Amino acid sequence: MSSTASSKTVTVSAKEGKKLFYMAMPFIALVFVFNYLPLYGWLYAFFDYKLGHKLFDSEFKGFFFFKMILSDPITVDEVKRIMSNTLGISFLSLLVQVLPLIFALFLVEMKFEPLKKVVQTLTTLPNFLSWPLVYAFAFSMFSESDGFINKLLIRLHIIDDPISFLVSSNHVWLTQTAYLAWKTIGWTAIIYIAAVTSIDNELYEAARIDGAGRFRIMWSITVPHLMPTFFVLMMLSVANFLNNGLDQYLVFQNAMNTDSIEVLDLYVYNVGIRNGMSGYNYSFATAVGILKSVVSIVLLFSVNYASKKVRGEGII
Amino acid sequence: MKQKATFGSVSFSFINSTAFILFALLCIFPLYYIFVLTVSDNKWVASGALVVFPKGFNVENYVQVLKLDGIGMALWVTILKTAVGTVCTLAGSSFLAFLFTKPNMFMRKFLYRFVLVTMYFNAGLIPWFINMKNLHLMNTFAVYIIPYIVAPFYIILIKTYLESIPSALEESAQIDGAGIFRIFWSILVPLSKPILATVAVFESVNQWNNLRDNLFLITDSRLNTLQFILYKFMSEADALASKIMVNGGAGLSASNFTLTPTAVSMTIAMVVILPIVCIYPVMQRYFTKGIMLGAVKG
Repeated sequence: MSSTASSKTVTVSAKEGKKLFYMAMPFIALVFVFNYLPLYGWLYAFFDYKLGHKLFDSEFKGFFFFKMILSDPITVDEVKRIMSNTLGISFLSLLVQVLPLIFALFLVEMKFEPLKKVVQTLTTLPNFLSWPLVYAFAFSMFSESDGFINKLLIRLHIIDDPISFLVSSNHVWLTQTAYLAWKTIGWTAIIYIAAVTSIDNELYEAARIDGAGRFRIMWSITVPHLMPTFFVLMMLSVANFLNNGLDQYLVFQNAMNTDSIEVLDLYVYNVGIRNGMSGYNYSFATAVGILKSVVSIVLLFSVNYASKKVRGEGII
Repeated sequence: MKQKATFGSVSFSFINSTAFILFALLCIFPLYYIFVLTVSDNKWVASGALVVFPKGFNVENYVQVLKLDGIGMALWVTILKTAVGTVCTLAGSSFLAFLFTKPNMFMRKFLYRFVLVTMYFNAGLIPWFINMKNLHLMNTFAVYIIPYIVAPFYIILIKTYLESIPSALEESAQIDGAGIFRIFWSILVPLSKPILATVAVFESVNQWNNLRDNLFLITDSRLNTLQFILYKFMSEADALASKIMVNGGAGLSASNFTLTPTAVSMTIAMVVILPIVCIYPVMQRYFTKGIMLGAVKG
């Protein structure tokens, strides 16, 4: 480390290295306890575990619950429904990944700085709201009795009876994607905006001298420069394909829309914890969770491999 | 980027700006609308009329809601966990990140990876839940704090930043006899204020917004957070509404002022959102730097 190279430095450095190691240990222990120790819980998928019993007093079931997911007819139907919800919503959110790019592309064209600042501030705000808050927002806009939209439409005599936007099973995938887009566009756009500012100005000058118009410049200079960022974000979402997150769907879930809103994460919660105080649900939900983790890891490594092949650089 | 003001460019600017103003309004309008609902007279709101401006301005909803069972306590718990959690995470993650910048640390590479892998991999919801149970962390305040002390994403951010600080500063302090803690506290912390501020904002927002711990691990109502109460009220709005109908409007009324279920949830929502709206515009200038650093490593 220091420039005084001698045998003395080496011993001091090794001693110092151990000291640093011991200083890090309490934190490493925390990581172990909260992130690695839970892996022990995977055992529960192989036992018929009942709450309040000891794990090893429970009956050993082997791969029973995994087989159940793949072969028991009722469970298979259930899993198909859950998977189509999960993949459907994830696919739609992949599609809207392009929106922040477009957002940034046009925002940097805005010449009036104060307005730009205000727009940027207001559009990144939703990112900082929790999902219960987003639901409160949605409720204030779309609820049947108190929603702004219903009141407005009735006032304008466009409709006679309020529409139940929130408790309908129709278009759940679309509306959930819309909420997610609303929450994240402005925030994700910041990354693109930062990338735009790093583009060499001479490129633009040269293009203008060559007579390129505004859209031509966007398309031929800005967009290609944003593509690497776009791909990284895209691949991260592919790697997270099965992790739609729990909170969003949990808060928007109700008796009417459960069929279309129940994604994997929410399903595991509903089966394992919400209704899981009896029966084999703990073990079954754990098995579903394990399959999910395994598929996610495979996805992550495939995407990382693809990224290394295409871009020469991984995402991990 | 100067361009001549042709008809094309002027109309482009106009359409462009209008679109962005509309989107910005879309982001802020629900907040405004909730505010209007909560400061208006509930009778007015309940009558089904469209309220765009406050009618009969009063803060009675806020006074009554804060008096409701458990809400004042939840506000206190939320503030406390946000403050304590942010300080602990900031201290823990930045110190560990600092240790990771030392090239002579024993097993540094392995430990760094050991921490980072947890960003991409976790055992899953149920094993996590069982683990917390086995650790006897359920229904303790500590469950809000301890699991978040080491946060891999913040460690990447802080480590990247620390590495950009010239190591000569540290070395000269070392020669002057300063120990590890001294170097960390007196030299690196003051120099890393921008990144520490970014992380502090991220973490305090996370703490303030976190619903999961409370939902899964806390059954003791004294430890409830505002987010949880908001979630409860929102998900039970229908049940509450019918309760009030049955009791002829007496369900939630304290004194002669009538609280409607909507008014209660919307008022809690306003209380929950207030700190975010206040703090975030001030801190926003740090964010670009913060997430750009994050984007480098993904």
